[in-house]
Amino acid sequence: MILRCFSHRFRASAPYHSLAILVMALTASQIENIAHLARLELKQAEVPVYQETLSRIFAFVGELDRAQTASVAPMAHPLPGLSQRLRPDLATEQDRHELYQANAPQVSAALYLVPKVIE
Amino acid sequence: MTVHGKTVAQLSEGLRRKEFSSVELTRVFLERIEASQPKLNALISVTAEEALQCAQAADRALASGNATPLTGVPIVHKDIFCTQGVKTTCGSRMLENFVAPYDATVVAKLKGAGTVMLGKANMDEFAMGSSNETSFFGAVRNPWNTDLVPGGSSGGSAAVVAARLAPAATATDTGGSIRQPAALCGVTGVKPTYGRVSRYGMIAFASSLDQGGIIAATAEDAALLLRAMAGFDPNDSTSVERDVPDYLSTLQAPLQGLKIGLLKEFFDKGLDAEVERRIRDALGVYEKLGATLREVSLPNLPLSVPAYYVVAPAECSSNLARFDGVRFGHRCENPRDLMDLYKRSRGEGFGAEVKRRIMTGTYVLSAGYYDAYYLKAQKVRRLIADDFARAFTEVDVVIGPTTPTPAFAIGAKTSDPVTMYLNDIYTIGANLAGVPAMSLPCGFVQGLPVGLQIVAPHFGEARMLNVAHLYQRETDWHARLPEGYA
Repeated sequence: MILRCFSHRFRASAPYHSLAILVMALTASQIENIAHLARLELKQAEVPVYQETLSRIFAFVGELDRAQTASVAPMAHPLPGLSQRLRPDLATEQDRHELYQANAPQVSAALYLVPKVIE
Repeated sequence: MTVHGKTVAQLSEGLRRKEFSSVELTRVFLERIEASQPKLNALISVTAEEALQCAQAADRALASGNATPLTGVPIVHKDIFCTQGVKTTCGSRMLENFVAPYDATVVAKLKGAGTVMLGKANMDEFAMGSSNETSFFGAVRNPWNTDLVPGGSSGGSAAVVAARLAPAATATDTGGSIRQPAALCGVTGVKPTYGRVSRYGMIAFASSLDQGGIIAATAEDAALLLRAMAGFDPNDSTSVERDVPDYLSTLQAPLQGLKIGLLKEFFDKGLDAEVERRIRDALGVYEKLGATLREVSLPNLPLSVPAYYVVAPAECSSNLARFDGVRFGHRCENPRDLMDLYKRSRGEGFGAEVKRRIMTGTYVLSAGYYDAYYLKAQKVRRLIADDFARAFTEVDVVIGPTTPTPAFAIGAKTSDPVTMYLNDIYTIGANLAGVPAMSLPCGFVQGLPVGLQIVAPHFGEARMLNVAHLYQRETDWHARLPEGYA
């Protein structure tokens, strides 16, 4: 729900295809929304700092608009023709939860503890 | 010659000839680390006890004739590689107390080859930075001048080798993080082809760009270590199933007829005139060795930094979502509810630059902006990769500067992230295209080292190391040590 609500706030009436119209200073509330989506708590004093530096970064990456990319396929991976490997459906991992959970902040009866979610 | 001034190849020979033992070597380097730490801050953890035990085992292997060329050679691992039972912090408060439950493949392979780990190198937090100033554990200082940065993100690894606190150190390169610090510290750094070295157990930043590699004094040493580190790993889904050539056997191949591409875009107005002179001098050496030079152009290369600063943060925002304060890593005190736990744990655990990149990535992936930023950057990435592919139909390697200037002052570029990002202008293209690249010392400007960059086609490491090695046979820039560390 939260994600949908925020994605709605960010959604333009139609998806942007040009960066030129996006290159503008970000507002404080936009920074707060991004931080929320990213699950980062910012101190009040940090907001104007990120407002300035992120605006500068987006103005800079706006240069991408110069490239003619109409007939170019997006590239997600640097090696051509490499496909994801599959492996036989066999159990290969041993149960090592005690070792792994030794790094957890709070564990009880082999369960990770978090604040109560359901009242 | 001092023991610490020897290369890995020379140390390997000395160990075999019983000129010194691995325990003796290990003690020499541990003492150098201890003495340098207040000045350079190059390491986050020192594992002296384990190192001495490991060195004893190496000496037994050497005595029984059961040794590899790397048996008993001390090295340092960048603190991005998981090391079983040893703290692995990635330069972050988030992982300040994280003890890795397993070894990264790179660590396991180098351990298997008999190397002795002395400790873990300092680095920019989560490898995000070009100056090593974003480390939670404090900045690393450049051994050539401690008022200057060593470069980043593998600044600790580069400083370790420059000051000969170890003869070699592992490193990683997402946008220049091996080559840029190698250049600024006057050492040799190799970023292999994407997929050549396993990423398993290497804490992820941007998975389509990250590649593990090595920093050493010479190309020959880098070849020795890369041969042991590289290779297929079923635990890494992007690891390439392809045999690892014997990089050492081709190091001496003559360069007669080698076609070197001079990238027009590398010799732009941003390049320091003195740095350019050193690069041109190096090209002169290659001409004497029988290579021919020709200009090539990668017209889309100037867009590599903006494309990178969309693609890398996008992947980083996704990768770093795993740090939730629940399963491992920093957790805030007294969380009110689950959302508070996530937000405060992450807000407190990550430093400013990491948060900036997570937010940049979150924004470019958010609904309505994905096409304009992320898809656009991926398309530009293809244009850049195609530019490289086209250039490599005309030339065997591309040579140019690694960085526009020598090392800069600590604090000089921290206020404006874009200025800092532009420091990687010559290195980022190789990561976007996935091609191998390296930096080696080619002279000094006002007492500071200058790096020469060699870029090769996919899986062209053998030729690239050969090209670097023959230059190092003709010059001695790589053998110079900073004052106080000779």
